[in-house]
Amino acid sequence: MINIFEVNETNKMIEQENLDVRTITMGISLLDCIDSDLDRLNEKIYNKITTRAKDLVETGEKISMEFGIPIVNKRISITPIALIGGAACKTPEDFVTIAKTLDRAAKTVGVNFIGGYSALVSKGMTPAEELLIRSIPQALCETERVCSSVNVGSTKTGINMDAVKLMGEIVLETAKASADQDSLGCAKLVVFCNAPDDNPFMAGAFHGVTEADCIINVGVSGPGVVKTALEEVRGKDFETLCETIKKTAFKVTRVGQLVAQEASKRLNVPFGIVDLSLAPTPAIGDSVAEILQEIGLERTGAPGTTAALALLNDQVKKGGVMASTAVGGLSGAFIPVSEDQGMIDAVNEGALCLEKLEAMTCVCSVGLDMIAIPGDTKASTISGILADEAAIGMINQKTTAVRVIPVIGKGVGETVEFGGLLGYAPVMPVNSFSCDAFVERGGRIPAPIHSFKN
Amino acid sequence: MKKTIITVVGNDTVGIIAKVCTYLAEQNVNILDITQTIVQGYFNMMMVTDTTACEKDNGALSRELSALGDEIGVVIRCQDEDIFNKMHRI
Repeated sequence: MINIFEVNETNKMIEQENLDVRTITMGISLLDCIDSDLDRLNEKIYNKITTRAKDLVETGEKISMEFGIPIVNKRISITPIALIGGAACKTPEDFVTIAKTLDRAAKTVGVNFIGGYSALVSKGMTPAEELLIRSIPQALCETERVCSSVNVGSTKTGINMDAVKLMGEIVLETAKASADQDSLGCAKLVVFCNAPDDNPFMAGAFHGVTEADCIINVGVSGPGVVKTALEEVRGKDFETLCETIKKTAFKVTRVGQLVAQEASKRLNVPFGIVDLSLAPTPAIGDSVAEILQEIGLERTGAPGTTAALALLNDQVKKGGVMASTAVGGLSGAFIPVSEDQGMIDAVNEGALCLEKLEAMTCVCSVGLDMIAIPGDTKASTISGILADEAAIGMINQKTTAVRVIPVIGKGVGETVEFGGLLGYAPVMPVNSFSCDAFVERGGRIPAPIHSFKN
Repeated sequence: MKKTIITVVGNDTVGIIAKVCTYLAEQNVNILDITQTIVQGYFNMMMVTDTTACEKDNGALSRELSALGDEIGVVIRCQDEDIFNKMHRI
Protein backbone atom coordinates (compact mmCIF):
# COMPACT_ATOMS: atom_id res chain seq x y z
CA MET A 1 0.00 0.00 0.00
CA ILE A 2 1.05 3.59 -0.60
CA ASN A 3 2.95 5.00 2.38
CA ILE A 4 3.03 8.44 3.93
CA PHE A 5 6.45 9.28 2.46
CA GLU A 6 5.28 8.63 -1.08
CA VAL A 7 2.14 10.66 -0.52
CA ASN A 8 4.17 13.51 0.92
CA GLU A 9 6.62 13.37 -1.99
CA THR A 10 3.82 13.73 -4.53
CA ASN A 11 2.14 16.53 -2.63
CA LYS A 12 5.42 18.36 -2.16
CA MET A 13 5.92 18.25 -5.93
CA ILE A 14 2.48 19.76 -6.43
CA GLU A 15 2.57 22.36 -3.67
CA GLN A 16 6.18 23.50 -3.64
CA GLU A 17 7.69 22.50 -6.96
CA ASN A 18 4.94 23.60 -9.34
CA LEU A 19 4.11 20.12 -10.64
CA ASP A 20 1.07 20.47 -12.84
CA VAL A 21 -0.56 19.15 -15.95
CA ARG A 22 0.04 22.04 -18.28
CA THR A 23 -2.76 21.38 -20.69
CA ILE A 24 -5.53 19.06 -21.74
CA THR A 25 -5.94 19.77 -25.42
CA MET A 26 -8.87 18.38 -27.37
CA GLY A 27 -8.05 17.88 -31.03
CA ILE A 28 -11.09 18.31 -33.25
CA SER A 29 -11.18 17.58 -36.96
CA LEU A 30 -13.08 20.18 -38.98
CA LEU A 31 -12.77 18.31 -42.27
CA ASP A 32 -16.47 17.47 -42.21
CA CYS A 33 -17.34 21.18 -41.89
CA ILE A 34 -15.98 22.11 -45.32
CA ASP A 35 -18.51 24.09 -47.33
CA SER A 36 -18.30 26.48 -50.26
CA ASP A 37 -20.66 28.92 -48.55
CA LEU A 38 -18.76 31.02 -46.02
CA ASP A 39 -21.66 31.61 -43.63
CA ARG A 40 -22.58 27.95 -43.58
CA LEU A 41 -18.93 27.01 -43.05
CA ASN A 42 -18.65 29.33 -40.06
CA GLU A 43 -21.85 27.96 -38.58
CA LYS A 44 -20.72 24.36 -38.98
CA ILE A 45 -17.33 25.11 -37.40
CA TYR A 46 -18.93 26.86 -34.43
CA ASN A 47 -21.41 24.03 -33.91
CA LYS A 48 -18.85 21.26 -34.14
CA ILE A 49 -16.43 22.86 -31.70
CA THR A 50 -19.06 23.84 -29.15
CA THR A 51 -20.66 20.40 -29.32
CA ARG A 52 -17.47 18.36 -29.09
CA ALA A 53 -15.80 20.48 -26.42
CA LYS A 54 -18.79 21.50 -24.35
CA ASP A 55 -17.72 19.41 -21.33
CA LEU A 56 -13.97 19.82 -21.74
CA VAL A 57 -13.37 22.58 -19.18
CA GLU A 58 -15.74 21.17 -16.57
CA THR A 59 -14.25 17.67 -16.89
CA GLY A 60 -10.73 19.08 -16.57
CA GLU A 61 -11.68 20.92 -13.40
CA LYS A 62 -13.33 17.83 -11.90
CA ILE A 63 -10.27 15.67 -12.55
CA SER A 64 -8.09 18.36 -11.07
CA MET A 65 -10.21 18.45 -7.92
CA GLU A 66 -10.44 14.68 -7.46
CA PHE A 67 -6.74 13.94 -7.90
CA GLY A 68 -5.50 17.13 -6.33
CA ILE A 69 -3.34 17.99 -9.33
CA PRO A 70 -3.62 21.42 -10.99
CA ILE A 71 -4.59 21.29 -14.65
CA VAL A 72 -3.57 24.73 -15.78
CA ASN A 73 -5.06 25.00 -19.26
CA LYS A 74 -7.87 23.49 -21.22
CA ARG A 75 -7.44 24.06 -24.94
CA ILE A 76 -8.56 23.04 -28.39
CA SER A 77 -6.64 22.27 -31.54
CA ILE A 78 -8.34 22.08 -34.92
CA THR A 79 -7.58 21.03 -38.48
CA PRO A 80 -5.44 23.66 -40.25
CA ILE A 81 -7.92 26.29 -41.36
CA ALA A 82 -6.26 26.78 -44.76
CA LEU A 83 -7.63 23.32 -45.68
CA ILE A 84 -11.06 23.98 -44.23
CA GLY A 85 -11.60 27.46 -45.65
CA GLY A 86 -10.14 26.80 -49.10
CA ALA A 87 -13.48 26.35 -50.84
CA ALA A 88 -15.27 29.28 -49.21
CA CYS A 89 -12.65 31.96 -48.73
CA LYS A 90 -11.76 34.20 -51.66
CA THR A 91 -9.98 36.96 -49.73
CA PRO A 92 -7.90 37.24 -46.55
CA GLU A 93 -10.90 38.96 -44.93
CA ASP A 94 -13.00 35.84 -45.57
CA PHE A 95 -10.46 33.86 -43.55
CA VAL A 96 -10.63 36.43 -40.76
CA THR A 97 -14.35 35.65 -40.35
CA ILE A 98 -13.34 32.06 -39.53
CA ALA A 99 -10.81 33.31 -36.98
CA LYS A 100 -13.58 35.26 -35.31
CA THR A 101 -15.83 32.21 -35.30
CA LEU A 102 -13.04 30.21 -33.64
CA ASP A 103 -12.58 32.93 -31.04
CA ARG A 104 -16.29 32.95 -30.31
CA ALA A 105 -16.39 29.14 -30.00
CA ALA A 106 -13.37 29.21 -27.66
CA LYS A 107 -15.09 31.73 -25.42
CA THR A 108 -18.34 29.74 -25.41
CA VAL A 109 -16.68 26.54 -24.21
CA GLY A 110 -14.30 28.41 -21.90
CA VAL A 111 -10.90 27.35 -23.28
CA ASN A 112 -8.11 29.92 -23.11
CA PHE A 113 -6.59 29.16 -26.52
CA ILE A 114 -7.64 27.53 -29.76
CA GLY A 115 -4.85 26.53 -32.14
CA GLY A 116 -5.01 25.64 -35.79
CA TYR A 117 -5.35 28.89 -37.69
CA SER A 118 -2.65 27.25 -39.71
CA ALA A 119 -1.24 26.41 -43.10
CA LEU A 120 1.07 23.53 -43.97
CA VAL A 121 3.20 24.77 -46.83
CA SER A 122 6.45 22.84 -46.43
CA LYS A 123 6.69 22.19 -50.17
CA GLY A 124 4.31 24.58 -51.87
CA MET A 125 1.49 27.01 -51.21
CA THR A 126 -2.05 26.74 -52.59
CA PRO A 127 -3.87 30.04 -53.24
CA ALA A 128 -6.02 29.36 -50.14
CA GLU A 129 -2.94 28.82 -47.99
CA GLU A 130 -1.43 32.06 -49.19
CA LEU A 131 -4.69 33.89 -48.43
CA LEU A 132 -4.73 32.45 -44.93
CA ILE A 133 -1.13 33.45 -44.32
CA ARG A 134 -1.85 36.98 -45.54
CA SER A 135 -4.83 37.17 -43.19
CA ILE A 136 -2.78 36.24 -40.09
CA PRO A 137 -1.93 39.80 -38.92
CA GLN A 138 -5.57 40.90 -38.99
CA ALA A 139 -6.85 37.57 -37.61
CA LEU A 140 -4.53 37.59 -34.61
CA CYS A 141 -5.19 41.22 -33.78
CA GLU A 142 -8.96 41.05 -34.04
CA THR A 143 -9.24 37.89 -31.95
CA GLU A 144 -8.09 37.07 -28.46
CA ARG A 145 -7.70 33.32 -28.17
CA VAL A 146 -6.85 32.16 -31.68
CA CYS A 147 -3.32 30.85 -32.28
CA SER A 148 -1.70 30.50 -35.65
CA SER A 149 1.11 28.39 -37.05
CA VAL A 150 2.68 27.85 -40.44
CA ASN A 151 4.84 24.87 -41.35
CA VAL A 152 7.43 26.04 -43.87
CA GLY A 153 9.65 23.01 -44.19
CA SER A 154 10.31 19.37 -43.38
CA THR A 155 13.07 16.80 -43.61
CA LYS A 156 11.17 15.04 -46.41
CA THR A 157 10.32 18.09 -48.50
CA GLY A 158 13.01 20.67 -47.86
CA ILE A 159 12.25 24.30 -47.05
CA ASN A 160 9.74 26.42 -48.91
CA MET A 161 11.73 29.64 -49.14
CA ASP A 162 8.86 31.55 -50.75
CA ALA A 163 6.86 30.82 -47.60
CA VAL A 164 9.84 31.75 -45.42
CA LYS A 165 10.12 35.12 -47.19
CA LEU A 166 6.39 35.73 -46.83
CA MET A 167 6.38 34.73 -43.16
CA GLY A 168 9.16 37.19 -42.38
CA GLU A 169 6.87 39.92 -43.69
CA ILE A 170 3.83 38.50 -41.90
CA VAL A 171 5.61 38.33 -38.52
CA LEU A 172 6.55 41.98 -38.90
CA GLU A 173 3.06 42.99 -40.05
CA THR A 174 1.53 41.13 -37.10
CA ALA A 175 3.86 43.02 -34.78
CA LYS A 176 2.82 46.32 -36.34
CA ALA A 177 -0.88 45.46 -36.23
CA SER A 178 -0.60 44.78 -32.48
CA ALA A 179 1.87 47.59 -31.76
CA ASP A 180 -0.45 49.05 -29.13
CA GLN A 181 -0.10 45.82 -27.10
CA ASP A 182 3.70 45.55 -27.37
CA SER A 183 3.29 43.42 -30.50
CA LEU A 184 1.55 40.65 -28.54
CA GLY A 185 0.07 39.25 -31.78
CA CYS A 186 3.42 37.61 -32.55
CA ALA A 187 3.23 35.59 -29.31
CA LYS A 188 0.34 33.72 -30.95
CA LEU A 189 2.21 32.95 -34.17
CA VAL A 190 4.68 30.08 -34.68
CA VAL A 191 6.67 29.19 -37.79
CA PHE A 192 7.52 25.48 -37.85
CA CYS A 193 9.73 23.00 -39.62
CA ASN A 194 8.65 19.35 -39.19
CA ALA A 195 5.48 20.36 -37.28
CA PRO A 196 3.92 17.40 -35.42
CA ASP A 197 0.23 16.57 -35.95
CA ASP A 198 -0.52 15.97 -32.29
CA ASN A 199 1.08 18.83 -30.38
CA PRO A 200 -1.04 19.92 -27.39
CA PHE A 201 1.04 23.05 -26.65
CA MET A 202 0.21 26.53 -27.88
CA ALA A 203 0.76 28.54 -29.91
CA GLY A 204 1.72 25.82 -32.36
CA ALA A 205 -1.04 23.28 -31.77
CA PHE A 206 -3.14 22.07 -34.66
CA HIS A 207 -5.07 18.86 -35.29
CA GLY A 208 -3.28 17.10 -38.15
CA VAL A 209 -5.12 15.52 -41.05
CA THR A 210 -3.70 12.13 -40.08
CA GLU A 211 -5.58 12.29 -36.76
CA ALA A 212 -8.96 10.86 -35.74
CA ASP A 213 -12.14 12.96 -35.57
CA CYS A 214 -11.60 13.94 -31.95
CA ILE A 215 -8.81 13.09 -29.53
CA ILE A 216 -7.39 14.10 -26.16
CA ASN A 217 -3.73 15.09 -25.92
CA VAL A 218 -2.13 16.03 -22.64
CA GLY A 219 0.95 18.14 -22.02
CA VAL A 220 2.77 17.65 -18.72
CA SER A 221 5.28 19.96 -17.16
CA GLY A 222 7.46 20.09 -14.06
CA PRO A 223 10.82 21.86 -14.40
CA GLY A 224 10.66 22.67 -10.68
CA VAL A 225 10.39 18.98 -9.79
CA VAL A 226 13.47 18.11 -11.85
CA LYS A 227 15.39 21.06 -10.39
CA THR A 228 14.61 19.99 -6.81
CA ALA A 229 15.51 16.36 -7.51
CA LEU A 230 18.86 17.48 -8.93
CA GLU A 231 19.65 19.49 -5.80
CA GLU A 232 20.02 16.09 -4.08
CA VAL A 233 22.77 14.92 -6.46
CA ARG A 234 25.04 17.99 -6.57
CA GLY A 235 28.63 17.03 -7.35
CA LYS A 236 27.73 13.47 -8.41
CA ASP A 237 28.73 12.03 -11.80
CA PHE A 238 26.73 12.19 -15.02
CA GLU A 239 25.31 8.67 -14.65
CA THR A 240 23.74 9.65 -11.33
CA LEU A 241 22.53 12.93 -12.80
CA CYS A 242 20.90 11.20 -15.77
CA GLU A 243 19.27 8.53 -13.63
CA THR A 244 17.78 11.21 -11.41
CA ILE A 245 16.30 13.12 -14.36
CA LYS A 246 14.90 9.92 -15.84
CA LYS A 247 13.21 8.83 -12.62
CA THR A 248 11.72 12.27 -12.10
CA ALA A 249 10.49 12.50 -15.68
CA PHE A 250 8.89 9.09 -15.22
CA LYS A 251 6.93 10.24 -12.18
CA VAL A 252 5.82 13.47 -13.79
CA THR A 253 4.69 11.73 -16.95
CA ARG A 254 2.72 9.10 -15.03
CA VAL A 255 0.54 11.88 -13.69
CA GLY A 256 0.00 13.15 -17.23
CA GLN A 257 -0.90 9.67 -18.39
CA LEU A 258 -3.40 9.27 -15.56
CA VAL A 259 -5.06 12.59 -16.34
CA ALA A 260 -5.11 11.79 -20.06
CA GLN A 261 -6.77 8.43 -19.44
CA GLU A 262 -9.35 9.90 -17.09
CA ALA A 263 -10.18 12.76 -19.46
CA SER A 264 -10.44 10.37 -22.36
CA LYS A 265 -12.77 8.05 -20.43
CA ARG A 266 -15.02 10.78 -19.05
CA LEU A 267 -15.30 12.71 -22.30
CA ASN A 268 -15.67 9.50 -24.31
CA VAL A 269 -12.97 10.66 -26.68
CA PRO A 270 -9.96 8.48 -27.59
CA PHE A 271 -6.65 9.21 -25.92
CA GLY A 272 -4.05 10.55 -28.33
CA ILE A 273 -0.67 11.21 -26.75
CA VAL A 274 1.10 12.57 -23.73
CA ASP A 275 3.55 15.33 -24.56
CA LEU A 276 6.28 15.01 -21.95
CA SER A 277 7.67 18.49 -22.02
CA LEU A 278 9.44 20.55 -19.41
CA ALA A 279 7.48 23.74 -19.98
CA PRO A 280 8.63 26.64 -17.82
CA THR A 281 6.53 29.54 -16.55
CA PRO A 282 7.67 32.88 -15.20
CA ALA A 283 6.94 31.62 -11.65
CA ILE A 284 9.96 31.28 -9.39
CA GLY A 285 11.17 27.68 -9.33
CA ASP A 286 9.45 26.72 -12.60
CA SER A 287 12.43 27.26 -14.84
CA VAL A 288 14.37 25.10 -17.30
CA ALA A 289 17.32 27.53 -17.06
CA GLU A 290 17.54 26.78 -13.33
CA ILE A 291 17.85 23.06 -14.13
CA LEU A 292 20.78 23.87 -16.43
CA GLN A 293 22.33 25.89 -13.60
CA GLU A 294 21.77 23.00 -11.21
CA ILE A 295 23.56 20.72 -13.69
CA GLY A 296 26.59 22.94 -13.20
CA LEU A 297 26.42 26.16 -15.23
CA GLU A 298 26.78 29.58 -13.63
CA ARG A 299 24.23 30.91 -16.10
CA THR A 300 22.41 29.50 -19.09
CA GLY A 301 24.50 30.43 -22.11
CA ALA A 302 27.84 29.56 -20.52
CA PRO A 303 30.01 27.05 -22.42
CA GLY A 304 28.54 23.62 -21.71
CA THR A 305 24.96 24.84 -22.04
CA THR A 306 24.25 22.95 -25.26
CA ALA A 307 25.62 19.70 -23.81
CA ALA A 308 23.67 20.13 -20.58
CA LEU A 309 20.46 20.82 -22.50
CA ALA A 310 21.08 17.84 -24.80
CA LEU A 311 21.37 15.43 -21.89
CA LEU A 312 18.37 16.96 -20.14
CA ASN A 313 16.20 16.67 -23.25
CA ASP A 314 17.24 13.07 -23.85
CA GLN A 315 16.79 11.92 -20.25
CA VAL A 316 13.35 13.52 -20.05
CA LYS A 317 12.33 11.50 -23.10
CA LYS A 318 13.89 8.28 -21.80
CA GLY A 319 12.16 8.55 -18.44
CA GLY A 320 8.85 9.69 -19.87
CA VAL A 321 8.50 7.18 -22.67
CA MET A 322 8.10 4.25 -20.28
CA ALA A 323 5.52 6.13 -18.24
CA SER A 324 3.05 6.61 -21.06
CA THR A 325 1.34 4.33 -23.57
CA ALA A 326 1.80 6.89 -26.34
CA VAL A 327 4.19 9.80 -26.41
CA GLY A 328 4.10 12.48 -29.05
CA GLY A 329 3.89 16.19 -29.68
CA LEU A 330 7.01 18.17 -28.99
CA SER A 331 8.32 16.22 -25.96
CA GLY A 332 11.52 17.48 -24.38
CA ALA A 333 12.64 20.74 -22.80
CA PHE A 334 11.24 24.07 -23.95
CA ILE A 335 13.56 27.06 -23.86
CA PRO A 336 11.32 30.12 -24.21
CA VAL A 337 12.97 33.31 -23.03
CA SER A 338 10.08 35.41 -21.75
CA GLU A 339 8.40 32.50 -19.94
CA ASP A 340 11.44 31.46 -17.91
CA GLN A 341 12.90 33.66 -15.18
CA GLY A 342 16.31 31.97 -15.41
CA MET A 343 16.50 32.66 -19.14
CA ILE A 344 15.48 36.29 -18.64
CA ASP A 345 18.20 36.71 -16.00
CA ALA A 346 20.75 35.09 -18.32
CA VAL A 347 19.89 37.53 -21.12
CA ASN A 348 19.93 40.52 -18.79
CA GLU A 349 23.35 39.58 -17.47
CA GLY A 350 24.78 39.13 -20.95
CA ALA A 351 25.26 35.36 -20.63
CA LEU A 352 22.82 34.40 -23.37
CA CYS A 353 22.55 35.73 -26.92
CA LEU A 354 20.39 34.84 -29.91
CA GLU A 355 23.18 32.83 -31.54
CA LYS A 356 23.66 30.65 -28.43
CA LEU A 357 19.91 30.14 -28.26
CA GLU A 358 20.02 29.00 -31.87
CA ALA A 359 22.70 26.46 -31.00
CA MET A 360 20.57 25.27 -28.08
CA THR A 361 17.62 24.68 -30.42
CA CYS A 362 19.65 21.94 -32.14
CA VAL A 363 19.18 19.82 -29.03
CA CYS A 364 16.06 21.18 -27.29
CA SER A 365 12.54 20.06 -28.06
CA VAL A 366 11.45 22.97 -30.24
CA GLY A 367 13.17 26.20 -31.18
CA LEU A 368 13.59 29.94 -30.78
CA ASP A 369 10.68 30.70 -28.53
CA MET A 370 9.22 33.92 -27.12
CA ILE A 371 12.21 36.05 -28.00
CA ALA A 372 11.74 39.80 -28.18
CA ILE A 373 13.81 41.51 -30.89
CA PRO A 374 14.01 45.20 -31.86
CA GLY A 375 10.95 46.58 -33.65
CA ASP A 376 13.05 47.97 -36.47
CA THR A 377 14.32 44.52 -37.49
CA LYS A 378 13.87 44.05 -41.25
CA ALA A 379 11.39 41.48 -42.59
CA SER A 380 14.20 39.85 -44.57
CA THR A 381 16.25 39.46 -41.40
CA ILE A 382 13.32 37.72 -39.70
CA SER A 383 13.06 35.47 -42.77
CA GLY A 384 16.75 34.71 -42.36
CA ILE A 385 16.19 33.69 -38.74
CA LEU A 386 13.24 31.52 -39.83
CA ALA A 387 15.35 29.88 -42.56
CA ASP A 388 18.22 29.14 -40.16
CA GLU A 389 15.92 27.52 -37.66
CA ALA A 390 14.05 25.54 -40.33
CA ALA A 391 17.41 24.31 -41.67
CA ILE A 392 18.36 23.01 -38.21
CA GLY A 393 15.07 21.11 -38.07
CA MET A 394 15.30 19.81 -41.62
CA ILE A 395 18.85 18.50 -41.33
CA ASN A 396 18.49 17.07 -37.81
CA GLN A 397 15.07 15.48 -38.45
CA LYS A 398 13.53 17.30 -35.52
CA THR A 399 10.77 19.80 -34.98
CA THR A 400 11.96 23.37 -34.85
CA ALA A 401 9.92 26.51 -34.52
CA VAL A 402 10.36 30.23 -34.28
CA ARG A 403 8.23 32.58 -32.20
CA VAL A 404 10.01 35.92 -32.25
CA ILE A 405 8.39 39.20 -31.35
CA PRO A 406 9.70 42.30 -33.08
CA VAL A 407 8.53 44.83 -30.51
CA ILE A 408 7.46 47.92 -32.41
CA GLY A 409 8.86 51.11 -30.88
CA LYS A 410 11.34 49.30 -28.64
CA GLY A 411 15.04 48.65 -28.98
CA VAL A 412 17.81 46.58 -27.38
CA GLY A 413 17.94 46.92 -23.61
CA GLU A 414 14.28 47.76 -23.19
CA THR A 415 11.84 45.32 -21.63
CA VAL A 416 8.49 44.16 -22.93
CA GLU A 417 5.70 42.87 -20.70
CA PHE A 418 3.29 40.28 -22.12
CA GLY A 419 1.59 39.30 -18.90
CA GLY A 420 0.40 35.99 -17.43
CA LEU A 421 2.05 32.78 -18.61
CA LEU A 422 3.73 34.68 -21.46
CA GLY A 423 5.86 36.63 -18.99
CA TYR A 424 8.22 39.47 -19.91
CA ALA A 425 11.37 39.74 -21.95
CA PRO A 426 14.35 41.96 -22.54
CA VAL A 427 14.66 42.99 -26.21
CA MET A 428 17.64 41.08 -27.62
CA PRO A 429 20.04 42.31 -30.29
CA VAL A 430 19.89 40.74 -33.75
CA ASN A 431 22.85 40.50 -36.12
CA SER A 432 22.38 43.56 -38.32
CA PHE A 433 24.19 42.34 -41.44
CA SER A 434 21.81 41.88 -44.34
CA CYS A 435 20.53 38.61 -45.89
CA ASP A 436 18.29 40.39 -48.44
CA ALA A 437 19.81 38.77 -51.52
CA PHE A 438 19.54 35.31 -49.95
CA VAL A 439 15.88 35.70 -49.03
CA GLU A 440 15.02 37.37 -52.37
CA ARG A 441 16.08 34.33 -54.40
CA GLY A 442 12.74 32.59 -53.94
CA GLY A 443 11.94 28.93 -54.59
CA ARG A 444 12.80 25.95 -52.46
CA ILE A 445 15.73 24.47 -50.60
CA PRO A 446 15.64 20.79 -51.62
CA ALA A 447 15.24 17.99 -49.10
CA PRO A 448 18.52 16.81 -47.59
CA ILE A 449 20.19 13.49 -48.32
CA HIS A 450 19.64 10.87 -45.64
CA SER A 451 22.97 9.15 -45.89
CA PHE A 452 26.60 10.21 -45.34
CA LYS A 453 25.72 11.58 -41.90
CA ASN A 454 28.45 13.84 -40.64
CA MET B 1 -13.61 -0.42 -3.32
CA LYS B 2 -12.84 3.21 -4.08
CA LYS B 3 -9.77 4.25 -2.14
CA THR B 4 -9.13 7.87 -1.33
CA ILE B 5 -6.08 9.28 0.43
CA ILE B 6 -6.68 12.06 2.93
CA THR B 7 -3.70 14.02 4.19
CA VAL B 8 -3.63 16.54 7.01
CA VAL B 9 -0.65 18.83 7.51
CA GLY B 10 -0.31 21.75 9.91
CA ASN B 11 0.39 22.93 13.44
CA ASP B 12 -0.35 20.24 16.02
CA THR B 13 -3.37 20.94 18.18
CA VAL B 14 -5.95 19.07 20.23
CA GLY B 15 -8.66 17.18 18.38
CA ILE B 16 -7.50 17.23 14.75
CA ILE B 17 -8.05 13.51 14.23
CA ALA B 18 -11.34 13.62 16.15
CA LYS B 19 -12.76 16.38 13.98
CA VAL B 20 -11.66 14.79 10.71
CA CYS B 21 -12.92 11.35 11.76
CA THR B 22 -16.26 12.76 12.90
CA TYR B 23 -16.74 14.38 9.53
CA LEU B 24 -15.77 11.18 7.71
CA ALA B 25 -18.17 9.12 9.82
CA GLU B 26 -20.99 11.53 8.96
CA GLN B 27 -20.20 11.07 5.29
CA ASN B 28 -20.15 7.27 5.59
CA VAL B 29 -16.45 7.09 4.72
CA ASN B 30 -14.64 4.06 6.13
CA ILE B 31 -11.08 4.53 7.41
CA LEU B 32 -8.80 1.65 6.42
CA ASP B 33 -5.47 2.88 7.73
CA ILE B 34 -4.02 5.86 9.58
CA THR B 35 -0.36 6.90 9.69
CA GLN B 36 0.68 9.89 11.72
CA THR B 37 4.01 11.54 12.41
CA ILE B 38 5.31 14.88 13.61
CA VAL B 39 7.78 16.30 11.07
CA GLN B 40 9.76 19.35 12.19
CA GLY B 41 7.01 20.26 14.66
CA TYR B 42 4.28 19.85 12.07
CA PHE B 43 1.43 17.43 12.46
CA ASN B 44 1.44 15.11 9.46
CA MET B 45 -1.25 12.48 8.95
CA MET B 46 -2.29 10.23 6.12
CA MET B 47 -5.48 8.22 6.02
CA VAL B 48 -6.37 5.55 3.52
CA THR B 49 -10.14 5.56 3.25
CA ASP B 50 -12.86 3.71 1.39
CA THR B 51 -15.39 6.14 -0.08
CA THR B 52 -17.54 3.54 -1.85
CA ALA B 53 -20.49 4.08 0.50
CA CYS B 54 -20.20 7.86 0.52
CA GLU B 55 -22.86 9.66 -1.46
CA LYS B 56 -20.72 12.66 -2.29
CA ASP B 57 -18.15 12.56 -5.06
CA ASN B 58 -14.44 13.11 -4.44
CA GLY B 59 -14.62 16.71 -5.59
CA ALA B 60 -17.29 17.60 -3.02
CA LEU B 61 -15.47 15.70 -0.24
CA SER B 62 -12.29 17.50 -1.16
CA ARG B 63 -13.93 20.94 -0.96
CA GLU B 64 -15.62 20.23 2.36
CA LEU B 65 -12.51 18.73 3.93
CA SER B 66 -10.51 21.72 2.78
CA ALA B 67 -13.05 24.01 4.46
CA LEU B 68 -12.86 21.90 7.65
CA GLY B 69 -9.07 22.24 7.51
CA ASP B 70 -9.42 26.02 7.35
CA GLU B 71 -11.55 25.89 10.53
CA ILE B 72 -9.00 23.80 12.42
CA GLY B 73 -6.02 25.67 10.99
CA VAL B 74 -4.49 22.79 9.03
CA VAL B 75 -4.33 21.85 5.34
CA ILE B 76 -6.48 18.87 4.43
CA ARG B 77 -6.27 17.27 1.01
CA CYS B 78 -8.42 14.50 -0.35
CA GLN B 79 -7.11 12.74 -3.43
CA ASP B 80 -7.98 9.66 -5.44
CA GLU B 81 -5.41 6.96 -4.58
CA ASP B 82 -4.58 6.47 -8.26
CA ILE B 83 -2.38 9.54 -8.50
CA PHE B 84 0.00 8.04 -5.92
CA ASN B 85 -0.18 4.51 -7.30
CA LYS B 86 0.58 5.75 -10.79
CA MET B 87 3.53 7.82 -9.67
CA HIS B 88 5.16 5.38 -7.24
CA ARG B 89 4.28 1.92 -8.55
CA ILE B 90 5.15 0.42 -11.91
